[in-house]
Amino acid sequence: MNLFDIIGPIMIGPSSSHTAGAARIGRVTRMLLGEEVKKAEIYFHGSFAKTWEGHGADRAVIGGLLGLSVADERMRLSRELAAEKGMAYTIEPIQLREAHPNTVIINAFGAGGKQVKVQAASVGGGSIFVQYLNDMEVGFSGERTTLIIQHRDTPGAIAQVSQMLAWARMNIATMRVFREDKGGRAVMALELDSVPEDKLLTSLRAMDAFENVTLLEKL
Amino acid sequence: MDHSVKSLLEQAGGNIAAIARQWQLQNDVHAQSVEELDAYMHEVLSVMRDSAVKGMEKDLRSVRGLTGGNAYKLMEGVKAGKTAGGSLIGRMAARALAVAECNAAMGRIVAAPTAGACGILPAVLLTLQEEYGYTDDQLVNALYVAGAFGLVIAHRASISGAQGGCQAECGSAAGMAAAAIVYLKGGDAAQAADACSFALMNLLGLVCDPVKGLVEVPCVFRNVGAISIALTAADMALSGIVCPIPCDEVIDAMRQVGDALPSSLRETGEGGCAGCPSMCK
Repeated sequence: MNLFDIIGPIMIGPSSSHTAGAARIGRVTRMLLGEEVKKAEIYFHGSFAKTWEGHGADRAVIGGLLGLSVADERMRLSRELAAEKGMAYTIEPIQLREAHPNTVIINAFGAGGKQVKVQAASVGGGSIFVQYLNDMEVGFSGERTTLIIQHRDTPGAIAQVSQMLAWARMNIATMRVFREDKGGRAVMALELDSVPEDKLLTSLRAMDAFENVTLLEKL
Repeated sequence: MDHSVKSLLEQAGGNIAAIARQWQLQNDVHAQSVEELDAYMHEVLSVMRDSAVKGMEKDLRSVRGLTGGNAYKLMEGVKAGKTAGGSLIGRMAARALAVAECNAAMGRIVAAPTAGACGILPAVLLTLQEEYGYTDDQLVNALYVAGAFGLVIAHRASISGAQGGCQAECGSAAGMAAAAIVYLKGGDAAQAADACSFALMNLLGLVCDPVKGLVEVPCVFRNVGAISIALTAADMALSGIVCPIPCDEVIDAMRQVGDALPSSLRETGEGGCAGCPSMCK
């Protein structure tokens, strides 16, 4: 936590956890999808399921899926904005076992045929934590500039990423790797001390081992 | 970094705002210079100002309609001479309601330290500016001072109602605002710490009991109570009254009290005001 988490964030009310956090979860889902959202299935668990209407958590998630930031005044009218932009959505309560009280699951379908499923919790003060990505257990917050790489578990994959970041003279602050099975689906989450240039992202995306490269920035 | 008011006072040598800037520069991923930090703080001030104006609208209503339009009523009451407390505190109270109601109506606000307690700092700073003519640069410095105390509170105790009750939200904001007032009125760093202590000890034990789980009742009205405590706490310190308990110990006590609160009084919407029969219909 830093001083601007105390004097900030600048956000649309009424609740940092139920509104700003919800918007960030929508936004991170859109970023992970990597294209415009055509349709989204939204599931609210716990306290979200009880108070989503009064806290505008529905409008916040929808706003985030449309790419709005937590401070965007169009949040209040995001349902209308979704209709205008042709984004369909459904909202249902869900009961999960052993999940944080403010958890959302979003199954998002993109305009170009991509699909992503995200389970994330709003953990307070507008901060979020992504717990599952496409049903695989992960763990990242996106609080710092974060590179999310979805790949196959193959020898050298991590070396390739760190090599390319080193060439770009970029420092890795923290790094976590998640994987399903040996040789199966894997995810790397790298928190960086600076923001990578587009050129670097393009080269990372061109690598055979990497299925999806997402930059999470300024959620 | 040692998170204590004691070390803050030792490092600051009287200039808390400068230390706060240094802390942020070390931790900010995006900002590379003090100028960039200050640009953000000026934006904060401008959002606070807009929210105080928007929340003053007569016909403002929250999403569920539990609050809205009260800031307008209070400001009109103050102008018409109906209130007992006088103009300064009346205008400050009306602004606290305005920002808190703007928040409840899904308007844009600055969480300071949280959305539920967002009315306190803007009400205090903007009304003191109106009264005494402080510049925006002075208000920005006051925000850094408030932020420094808030950061210590967040690390030693909590700024989350779900964790520590409303003392952690409106209480923290009142403590931060009291320190900011002392800064603006020319008090020294030790007096700012005393003001923070006085405000915190007055709100120790305050429970978080939102009706229907929403940031409306009693939240918006508690923002008003908190400004009066911040103001009187700062006045005590500015007059040379020394708080018998060091600020760090008051903050630690707040943590212990928060830990002792039952879950029904920590943002679950069950006990306290939320449990009142007429609010459970």
